[in-house]
Amino acid sequence: MSSSNGGHHALPRLLAGLEPGVAMSLAAHTRTHGPLPDVPSHQLIEEVELSGLRGRGGADFPTARKLRAVAGRRRVGAVIVNGSETEPASAKDRLLLARLPHLVLDGAVLAARAVGSRQVIVKIGSRAVDAGRALGAAIAARERDGVSIEVVAGPEGYVAGEESAVVHFLNGGPELPTFVPPRPFERGYRGRPTLIQNPETLAQLALVARFGSAWYRELGTVADPGSALVTITGAVRAPGVYELAFGTELSQLLEAAGGPAEPLQALLVGGYFGTWMEASQAASLRLAREDLRSVGCSLGSGVLIALGESACGLHESARVISYLADQSAGQCGPCVYGLRSIADSVGALADGVAGASEPERVLRWTSEVRGRGACHHPDGAVRFVESALSVFGSEIGWHRTGRCHAPPAGLPLTGPSVAGGRLR
Amino acid sequence: MSARLRVNPITCEAHGLCAELLPELIRLDDWGYPIIDQSKVPPELIGLARRAVDACPTLALLLDED
Repeated sequence: MSSSNGGHHALPRLLAGLEPGVAMSLAAHTRTHGPLPDVPSHQLIEEVELSGLRGRGGADFPTARKLRAVAGRRRVGAVIVNGSETEPASAKDRLLLARLPHLVLDGAVLAARAVGSRQVIVKIGSRAVDAGRALGAAIAARERDGVSIEVVAGPEGYVAGEESAVVHFLNGGPELPTFVPPRPFERGYRGRPTLIQNPETLAQLALVARFGSAWYRELGTVADPGSALVTITGAVRAPGVYELAFGTELSQLLEAAGGPAEPLQALLVGGYFGTWMEASQAASLRLAREDLRSVGCSLGSGVLIALGESACGLHESARVISYLADQSAGQCGPCVYGLRSIADSVGALADGVAGASEPERVLRWTSEVRGRGACHHPDGAVRFVESALSVFGSEIGWHRTGRCHAPPAGLPLTGPSVAGGRLR
Repeated sequence: MSARLRVNPITCEAHGLCAELLPELIRLDDWGYPIIDQSKVPPELIGLARRAVDACPTLALLLDED
């Protein structure tokens, strides 16, 4: 591993060499990043640990710990690339799989070698036809990985991308979360210890394996090293997927996406499992866990949605929570009935037909529902609602007196709207 | 020895017997599903906790003892 790779210091890293509209060929990929390195398993995991890489699917879990948890077990099963990307506003994983498949596959193959697996399964959403096609061509072009790679297209529902749901589906069951533990690293695909990782995590890992942890840390902050793919959408001039260094100010992120299309009132950080913050708060904040945590946010799966002054945060939030309630897998009572009740109440608040004590009731429900599903779907949904009431709560009175006339902002609710879209 | 109650939310069907038998640690939400006290089950309630576990018609209530 050499850290003297001159062309790789600055951004873009993951998106280096990306050309409009086409998937990068193996030859171009090798020209851009160099060949797949042959790194001994323990050395790779150590290097990943030193790099500080964390999972980019939303859970922020240290990648080295996940690798170790599987590598330390017997009869290791498959490595699953979780390319479901069911977060409607996110487009980064689809971009990686459809346009830079070899980078993701490099990471998957390296991770498989590191944990002692000989099988990689890439799970994608059934509508991600471009990703399926690019992956198929990429797999056919690769030789001597020593690992079998297959692509499985599956259902697109919001919770279908949840880790245990992906394993359940690949095991022949419905795409529904299961009661954990056991977690996939203990008992996953075909009952064996299973590593399941987000495509961006694996793409980052493929670069760490090549250029080392010191190189990786040349960008970012001490606590959040490296770069991240962020889907920036909503009221910006050039919505799309952008690669930015951790530590970059949120205002710079918006500038990267062409700047605000109108004065902004709020940002939704982390997607629909994320949290609203007032736009005025964002100016001083950086893309870093400590900064975001200070205002109760987390980056989640890397989504930043800008809400313009002309839109209504309450109405948009009511649409989103109603969508999230509909997306419940329908298995756990608190999620099924709780989210629906919460969504109906937030809808009533937005429509101005709720009583004065309704916000209080919603907040009691959100605190009661939290942590009571088999998966974290209800937890993310109630966090979203709490932040919506905190940021837009003062507008409830306007709605009751019929003084809100904002048009719908049309936040994406049904799937990536910018997949393969504009870049940088 | 410590013991904690938990519920499998997928199999729970809101029969509510657990809250009847062990109101000290289990109450029901507005839709009839149990909200369980996450702290350790006090020794004097272990017997009642086991009874609540046995009474659950869907075997959703679990007592982790170790």
